[in-house]
Amino acid sequence: MTDLVLGLELAYWQQTSIKVLVAAVMVPTSALILGYVFLMKIMSFMQSRLGPMESGPFGLLQLVGDGVKFIQKEDIFPEKADKWVFAMAPIVVLVSTMLLFVFVPVGPDLVGEPVDAGIFIALAVSSISVIGILMAGWSSANKYSLIGALRATGQLIAYELPLVLAVVGVVIQAGTLNLQGIVAAQASGEMFGWGGIGNPYVFTQFVGFVVFMIAIQAELTQTPFDMPVAESEIVGGYQVEYTGFRFLSFFLAEFATAFAFAGIASVLFLGGWWVPGFDIDSNALNFLGPIVMFAKIMLVSFLIFWVRFTYPRFREDQLQSFAWKVLIPISLANIVVTGVLKVVF
Amino acid sequence: MSTTDTTRGTDQGAQELLARGRTSAIEELRERGAVLRMSEAAARSYQDEGGAASDTMILNMGPQHPSTHGVLRLMVELKGETVLRTKPVIGYLHTGMEKTGEDLTYLQGPTNVTRMDYASPLFNELVFSLATEKLLGIEAPERATWIRMLMCELNRMASHLLFMATNGMDLGAVSMMIYGWREREEVLRFFEKVTGLRMNHNYIRPGGVAADLPDGWRDDVIRLLDTLPSRLDEYDTLLTGQPIWRNRLQGVGVLTTEEALALGTTGPLLRSTGYAWDLRRDEPYLAYDQVEFDIIVGTYGDCFDRYAIRLAEIRESMRIVGQILEKIPNGDYRLQDKKVTPPPRARIDESMEALIHHFKIFTEGFKVPEGEAYAAVESPRGELGCYIVSDGSAKPMRMHIRGPSFVNLQTLAPLMQNGFIADAVAIISSVDPILGEVDR
Repeated sequence: MTDLVLGLELAYWQQTSIKVLVAAVMVPTSALILGYVFLMKIMSFMQSRLGPMESGPFGLLQLVGDGVKFIQKEDIFPEKADKWVFAMAPIVVLVSTMLLFVFVPVGPDLVGEPVDAGIFIALAVSSISVIGILMAGWSSANKYSLIGALRATGQLIAYELPLVLAVVGVVIQAGTLNLQGIVAAQASGEMFGWGGIGNPYVFTQFVGFVVFMIAIQAELTQTPFDMPVAESEIVGGYQVEYTGFRFLSFFLAEFATAFAFAGIASVLFLGGWWVPGFDIDSNALNFLGPIVMFAKIMLVSFLIFWVRFTYPRFREDQLQSFAWKVLIPISLANIVVTGVLKVVF
Repeated sequence: MSTTDTTRGTDQGAQELLARGRTSAIEELRERGAVLRMSEAAARSYQDEGGAASDTMILNMGPQHPSTHGVLRLMVELKGETVLRTKPVIGYLHTGMEKTGEDLTYLQGPTNVTRMDYASPLFNELVFSLATEKLLGIEAPERATWIRMLMCELNRMASHLLFMATNGMDLGAVSMMIYGWREREEVLRFFEKVTGLRMNHNYIRPGGVAADLPDGWRDDVIRLLDTLPSRLDEYDTLLTGQPIWRNRLQGVGVLTTEEALALGTTGPLLRSTGYAWDLRRDEPYLAYDQVEFDIIVGTYGDCFDRYAIRLAEIRESMRIVGQILEKIPNGDYRLQDKKVTPPPRARIDESMEALIHHFKIFTEGFKVPEGEAYAAVESPRGELGCYIVSDGSAKPMRMHIRGPSFVNLQTLAPLMQNGFIADAVAIISSVDPILGEVDR
């Protein structure tokens, strides 16, 4: 990445503060967008109801109102809670989410930090949230929280593996770990000699895409993998004792992570920010890229939430055996096949 | 250690699940759900199962828990996610309705009993009315009988639709909850039109029903019968053939016929074990011997069978309703016995006697001959019975309801043992207790 962003020359500290600000703003904004569009509206439409309609046009301000309400609530610490750990847990989760936004590119120059090991680091920082969840569950001094936290930990560890393995196929095909490089590889690719829309890896890596989507569904603890919070079993799991702003942090982190993961999926499989017909370095993509990315993110998010609102929940043991006996063998086979085909062609 | 040695809290009526070794062997038998499954000695030998007591955790589910269907409280001993012992604690919704029944006349009775099983209120009214009529030695006119049947079958559909909703909800299918409520709402809308209320109707009364069916009721029922089948097919798509759904329910909470009979369970719970017992066929009441319907039985006695039975019973009820539409006769909707049912409003202006009857019925009620009677109907949850002892006055001396939910609740401990927490939730859901009926 050059120092020239949208034709502006910026000092390092100026760039950094802009990036920090953008990442900090993106977390609540993306959570509000997903929360409103999917949790409130799409879910309602699927269930033959209207969703919020009163606050603002079409209930647009409902989540803002909810946020204000949460902030006003009393900050309750359970009597036997480990106070410091209890207070830090949501922050750890939130930081993990913010870090994710650093690595998702939305234009040729629009990326927080274009590291070479991009996808590797992005997946690594996303796992930090497990620590926050375990902290929350342990420090709450509540049996439900503890069960929830342990379920979450087991689940996130089990699904981290297929998640990474599914990405390996893409990495082999693109020949780079760099997310910008993966976008460029898809843009310059061809399908049967026709390069009109490049070669989005969703076609060649379809198995990888499916495994990746299932794995992020589990990473995000959305139904059918929502046992860590399963409100009908353990009434919210690790969030049980949280109120007000701290609960809001968990909520924001959940939806912002969904947004970021949808972004990663768009970059890996749907061609990222590149728009057919444009040069990969074209400055116009710095403007068009974010719009295209947003559309793709909403599409992927729709898949995530569509599944969430439709399926019943797995059981804990079924979840584990699904990861170890189904997803991991499939993704390993995918890697082998991809590797062989890469060498052959 | 005997029971007398154990320290018991006074706060919750000493009903809590105690730590291992602090409870009597017979109590432990119950908590392990050992009915017919192991001897007392065997239950004792399980004392050390799963290691020391410090390896296990006693978890309190409820009375405020989203999937305990109201205010059921379950105390479970867990080892990891596995349930070792279960103890249902009830009484959080006790409002003394049976006792209240002794202070209300027979005419006021249905208002009281209808609040017990609030998901199928018409059955409560029906069983109370049948018991009263047995004592009086009267029989409701034919049209009233058919109206009662129509309303009860619709109520069975509404109740099972509610089960579909909550069962989906408990297993994490959030949309299913709304779909179930949506269809139930259609039925309740019809109820509102007929009885004026969506729940707690007080519609079926001794001597008949409160009012005749309103104009256009036939169209409403036909519309209902037209909409529901496609919606039920949607449930099939959404749940029945769903691999996750099947994995969650098949083989979970298996009950055998012997156990079910030993525990006194009835309804879908008993039928899921393959035992075809349905009071509508085995001890016909109303006009059930004049309509055709099948009794749905299961094979494995697991949660999936119980789900499938209820889904099929909705279709069966629709079949019955279809026949009722054809066969319902014209005539009186309540008995023309002025000692039991109030006279028509118009008669009060014309006849002094009618006015007196009206006044007497609504002030002191009608006197019922001395004796006792038991009537039972097949409610959506099983055998709903009403036992009334009359001392010859206008109020029952004693009224007792045999609530199927209460009896079925006994199966929780045997079914849950050695399952996971997630299975426990599925089992509570498939037993489908209504706590209003449990506590009465």
